[in-house]
Amino acid sequence: MYKIVGKRRLNSTITWLEIEAPLVARKARPGQFIILRTDEYGERIPLTMAGHNAEKGTIDIIYQAVGKTTLLLDQFEVGDALADVVGPLGKPTEMEGLKRVAVVGGGTGNALAYPIAKGMHDAGIEVDMIAGFQTKDVVILEEEFRAGTTNLYITTDDGSYGEKGFTTDKLKALIEAGNPYDEVVAVGPPVMMKFVCQLTKKYGIKTVVSLTAYMVDGTGMCGGCRVVIGGENKFACVDGPEFDGQLVDWDELIQRNSFYKEQEKEDITHVCRLTGGVRYYA
Amino acid sequence: MLNLAKEKNPMPEQDPMVRNKNFKEVSTGYTEDMAVNEAMRCLQCRKKPCTTGCPVRVRIPEFIAKIAEGEFEEAYQIISTTSSLPAICGRVCPQENQCEGRCSQGTKGEPVAIGRLERFAADWHREHGTDESVERAEGNGHKVAVVGSGPAGLACAGDLIAKGYDVTVFESLHKEGGVLAYGIPEFRLPKAIVSAEVSALQEKGVEFVNNAVIGMSMTVDELFEDGYEAVFVGTGAGLPQFMNIPGENLLGVYSANEYLTRINLMKAYKPEYDTPIQIAKRVAVIGGGNVAMDAARCAKRMGAEEVYIVYRRSMDEIPARKEEIHHAIEEGIIFRLLTNPVAIKGTEEAYVCGLECVEMELGEPDASGRRRPVEKKGSNFILDVDAVIMAIGTRLNKLILETTEDLEPNKKGGIGADEKTGATSHKGIFAGGDAVTGAATVILAMGAGKNAADSIDQYLEAN
Ligand SMILES: Cc1cc2nc3c(=O)[nH]c(=O)nc-3n(C[C@H](O)[C@H](O)[C@H](O)COP(=O)(O)OP(=O)(O)OC[C@H]3O[C@@H](n4cnc5c(N)ncnc54)[C@H](O)[C@@H]3O)c2cc1C
Ligand SMILES: Cc1cc2nc3c(=O)[nH]c(=O)nc-3n(C[C@H](O)[C@H](O)[C@H](O)COP(=O)(O)OP(=O)(O)OC[C@H]3O[C@@H](n4cnc5c(N)ncnc54)[C@H](O)[C@@H]3O)c2cc1C
Ligand code: SF4
Ligand code: FES
Repeated sequence: MYKIVGKRRLNSTITWLEIEAPLVARKARPGQFIILRTDEYGERIPLTMAGHNAEKGTIDIIYQAVGKTTLLLDQFEVGDALADVVGPLGKPTEMEGLKRVAVVGGGTGNALAYPIAKGMHDAGIEVDMIAGFQTKDVVILEEEFRAGTTNLYITTDDGSYGEKGFTTDKLKALIEAGNPYDEVVAVGPPVMMKFVCQLTKKYGIKTVVSLTAYMVDGTGMCGGCRVVIGGENKFACVDGPEFDGQLVDWDELIQRNSFYKEQEKEDITHVCRLTGGVRYYA
Repeated sequence: MLNLAKEKNPMPEQDPMVRNKNFKEVSTGYTEDMAVNEAMRCLQCRKKPCTTGCPVRVRIPEFIAKIAEGEFEEAYQIISTTSSLPAICGRVCPQENQCEGRCSQGTKGEPVAIGRLERFAADWHREHGTDESVERAEGNGHKVAVVGSGPAGLACAGDLIAKGYDVTVFESLHKEGGVLAYGIPEFRLPKAIVSAEVSALQEKGVEFVNNAVIGMSMTVDELFEDGYEAVFVGTGAGLPQFMNIPGENLLGVYSANEYLTRINLMKAYKPEYDTPIQIAKRVAVIGGGNVAMDAARCAKRMGAEEVYIVYRRSMDEIPARKEEIHHAIEEGIIFRLLTNPVAIKGTEEAYVCGLECVEMELGEPDASGRRRPVEKKGSNFILDVDAVIMAIGTRLNKLILETTEDLEPNKKGGIGADEKTGATSHKGIFAGGDAVTGAATVILAMGAGKNAADSIDQYLEAN
């Protein structure tokens, strides 16, 4: 069992959990993810590791409660335990030879971008982070971002905090201002990542994105996480989750991520199962 | 007393039109009377041709004689001297190509139902066997790691613990059993049987560490650093293959691995589980092996009205076990033989809405000796389906090879290992099962695990 040892609500839908998982913590690197199962009846869902502490044997995750598993996860409190945590999975972020990088995060994607930004910063890379949110109320992790990057720029769609506009606007401005980025990293909604890639392509800057595909095993066994990169099928769990964004077939990715939409909607309506964290079938 | 019947005692089964709507076991098993009656068909041949067909050399006529005498527990004990998973083998082994294929009774009529008798003895033991206190072998202080908890890993762990080793099995999924847990459906192999085998090993002292992906959570080399003196790799051949035809990433195209995992490991057929799965009306399963049969029969049970097996050769070449094909036909699975898919069609929202196929005919034999299927020009047609399951085989997963120094692959891209001993190019690492041979059978994987256990024992004694 994987005990929860820390919990913090970052905003109305985003939560930070610290979980005991010594085997995972021992090997974790920025960019990697875990797959967890809340209990015997749970789905296996992938979540990026926001941090890890090898000595304590713990890992951190930050998730947005969007559907049944994440809502259920929200019911877990410190002292409770998850049935399964497996990892670290996926390839760690490549940092070789990088000197200056822009990391762009969108919404919850900021939480996924954070360990990458911090990992790069810790490795001595200059990191400009552009953290985009819809509005002031949902801004998360500002302190952490500031401590883990060289420069932090916050944008909100409605201008209620930081600069008004999209992350792509700020990125464009920074590039045009002559910041010499070796690479851009973008993590957020596929549509945002797609636009970042379109922008950076114009400037010829390599752009790495972290893709979220439906996953089951996370080890290359099911093929469910296949994404098209440069016209070729790749498995996001083992070949990724980070890929060269300019080679990604975005439309197909967005399409594939809508596969279970109808079922998911139905599942959320079974709220009885989601209250109290107790399963009626147990 | 010999039973002169030319035919096997038929296996009691659920009615096909009932069972194709539930996941309960298809065959319900022989009663004691049926088993004794069937056992009496055995001629007790002096040369025991049946045993030569068995990869782990089960002492077949001996255990059958015990069943004939009504000594069912003794029968089980005889089997368990050579086979560690009889309840599983009795259910899933391709007996027609192995023991039963060589049985003397088979020359004039049907062979003795060796598989069914094996299953009977194992089930009888599980239900009635005296709970004799588990004998733990005296520990010899040596630690061995087993990677993968499929039949190869389980067999290896079982033999090693019996020899006194301290054994830990590392498994990447949350449940033990490998294909037995995630691939082969409940209606063919109840998961309680797999769990019982795992518990039995646990009682004997084998430790299981689930959620440990070797190569990611830790490497094989790190296992040595942690004090394991030898490592057996039985990671299977789990990498799904696709056909590279247009439309393969449409919504509703599954690999058989994904489809079967969602259903078997993650119980998508039980409402209390969260696992999402597409509820399709018409399903095409591409391939003709056991995996294809399992996927098709699962699809039917998940409520599909029409399920097709699309296979490019004819019934003579189809690789699945005869019994499974027979069961599939009874359950209403439609076989589209000599048919090959060329493209998958999708709706505007990218959901599968058809499978374009061509008809095939058999040409000259190819290198494998099988007649090669050739396309009939212009015979394209569209099968009206809303889900497509690819069951055209799996390749070897490279994770361990890529993360272990000095571990050489074999010609097929699997782990290079000596067939008899399981020894690899890396000192102290042994390998076997599908990870070495490519997709094969449960019994061959078990045999490889057992052989490796012997060589690990010799290796550690010599060191
Ligand atoms: C490698 C990887 C890392 C991820 N890291 C994080 C993370 O750090 N924090 C976080 O909040 N989320 C992360 N995700 C997304 C997360 O897995 C999904 O939000 C989660 O599976 C939703 O589960 P659910 O049962 O609560 O919702 P569901 O009811 O299953 O789905 C609700 C909505 O979430 C989306 N969704 C479902 N499954 C996925 C999926 N596997 N990937 C992307 N979107 C999905 C769909 O659009 C769906 O409509 C990651 C995904 C991947 C593949
Ligand atoms: C659907 C289906 C039906 C079948 N039907 C039959 C049948 O009727 N009769 C028959 O004889 N054979 C059948 N087979 C074939 C048979 O199941 C396999 O040949 C057999 O299971 C191989 O055993 P194995 O131990 O080598 O590997 P597997 O059973 O594949 O087990 C390997 C295990 O290793 C784990 N693993 C993989 N990588 C790692 C890693 N890096 N770290 C830790 N763990 C890892 C996997 O999760 C898995 O649990 C079928 C196969 C399938 C898929
Ligand atoms: S070959 Fe058939 S008849 Fe002969 S001993 Fe074996 S099972 Fe009995
Ligand atoms: S999650 Fe199954 S192959 Fe990637």
